[in-house]
Amino acid sequence: MMQSCFKNKIGDVVLPGDIFSFELPVTEDGSVKAEKIICGPGLRRNGDEVLVCKSGILRHKQPNLYWIDSQQKRYVPAKGESVIGIVTAKSGDIFKVDVGGSEQASLSYLAFEGATKRNRPNVQVGDLVYAQFIIANKDMEPELVCIDSNGKANGMGVFGADGFLFKVSLGLVRRLLAPQSEIVKDLEKLFPSEIVVGMNGCVWVKAKTVQQTLIVANLIESCENMTAQQRQALFKRVADGNL
Amino acid sequence: MEVELCPILRSFGSEQNVLSRPDGSASFVQGDTSVLAGVYGPAEVKVSKEIYDRATLEVVIQPKVGLPSVRERAREQCIRETCEAALLSTLHPRSSLTLILQVVHDDGSLLACYLNAACMALIDAGLPMSSLFCGITCAINTEGQIITDPSVQQEKESRALLTFAIDSVERKVMMSSTKGSFSVKELQQCIAVSQKASEEIFQFYRDSVKRRYSKIM
Repeated sequence: MMQSCFKNKIGDVVLPGDIFSFELPVTEDGSVKAEKIICGPGLRRNGDEVLVCKSGILRHKQPNLYWIDSQQKRYVPAKGESVIGIVTAKSGDIFKVDVGGSEQASLSYLAFEGATKRNRPNVQVGDLVYAQFIIANKDMEPELVCIDSNGKANGMGVFGADGFLFKVSLGLVRRLLAPQSEIVKDLEKLFPSEIVVGMNGCVWVKAKTVQQTLIVANLIESCENMTAQQRQALFKRVADGNL
Repeated sequence: MEVELCPILRSFGSEQNVLSRPDGSASFVQGDTSVLAGVYGPAEVKVSKEIYDRATLEVVIQPKVGLPSVRERAREQCIRETCEAALLSTLHPRSSLTLILQVVHDDGSLLACYLNAACMALIDAGLPMSSLFCGITCAINTEGQIITDPSVQQEKESRALLTFAIDSVERKVMMSSTKGSFSVKELQQCIAVSQKASEEIFQFYRDSVKRRYSKIM
C-alpha cells in the first residue's frame, strides 16, 4: 500500500537511490484501486516506483504530499518563491538580479508598484530587492516581479538604506520561514528587529543599532548547527548580557 | 586460490560540510589516504562549455605537490564519467557543476578515495542523483591473494591493481580502472569482493548522513 510504505519512513533520513515500490491494493471485484500521491522536491516517479534523488529527511503533509527536506547551500529557483536579490545590471527595460541560482534572473522595470513607462522606479545597480519568481523552470531564464497579481507591492520592492545581508543554508531559511518558527519566537524576545528572509538563503536584518543588528545576524547564523536546547541556552546568555 | 569472503578495509572516516565557500564539501580518509572534495553548482556556465540538455560536469584533481599531470587527467576522466552516470544532470541543463579533489595524503587506494570523497561531497551539495557510488581498490599480490584497500607498500608489491566504482542500487560496476595482468577469474573475484566491501561503505554513508541530520530531526 502506497501510504503505509511511505508512512513508516516519515521523519527518517533517506539517501539517493532509495526506492519505494508499491503493491497496489486489489479490491474484491479484481480492479486495482489507485492511490494518488504528490512528490515534492527530492522525489521522482520512475514507472511504478518512487525514486529518492536527494539526501535528507522524508517529510509528509496531509493528505498525500511527500518531499525531502535537505540542507543545501545552492539555490534553484522555483516559481512563486520570494527571494532577496542583488541588482547587478541595468539594460534597457530590464534589470539583472543575482539570486544565487545558476543564472541571473531578469526583473522588468514595469514590475514595480505604480511603475509606468513614464514613471520609472528608482533602482540602482547594487540595490537589494525582495521579489517573487513569476517564471522559474529549468529551461528558461528566471523572471522576477515586485508586485502581486493585483498590482500591489505587498511588501516587495527595493530595500531602504542600512540593514545587513548575509547568507545561510536553505534548510535554515525554511526553518525560519515555517509558521510558528521556534527560532523566530526566541529571537523576538531578544531585540526588536526587522528580518527579511528570502527562500534563496539570503537574510536581511535591521535592528535599532548596528551592534544589535550584528548580534542578531550572528545568532541566526549560529542556529545552523544547534539543537533547540543549545539555542535556548545561548539566547538566554545573550539576553542576560554576557556573550 | 581462495576467495576472501569478508573483505578487510582499513578504517575509514568522513566529514561533510567542511568548507564554507563551496556548495558541498567533504573529506574522506581511508587509512592514511586522505582527500578533500568541494562541489560548486549548479552555477553559471561558459558558453563554450554549455550543453543544452544537461549540466556540464568538470572534475579537477589537485595533487599534493606540483601541477596536475597526465595521470591526474586520466583519473579526472574516470571520476567524471562515474559522477555523470550517477547524477541526474538533465535536471539542471545549461549549468555547470565543478568538483575539486585535493589530495591531502596518498597511502594507496587513491582513486577509490577520490570516488568516495566525491560521492560524499555530491550528497552534501544536494545534487539530484539516481544512485550513490563508492570506490574500492583491490590488489592481487604475487601469490594470487586479493587485498582490498591496499596501502602504497602493498600496491608496489602487487602484480595487478584494480579499482571499481560500484553503484548503490544494483551493486553493479560503474567504472573500472586496472593496471597489471590478471585472469578473467581473478577479475570476477575482485568484482565480487568489491561488491561485498561496497556494502560496508554504503552503510557508512547512511550513518554519516543520519548523524548530520540528527540535530534537526
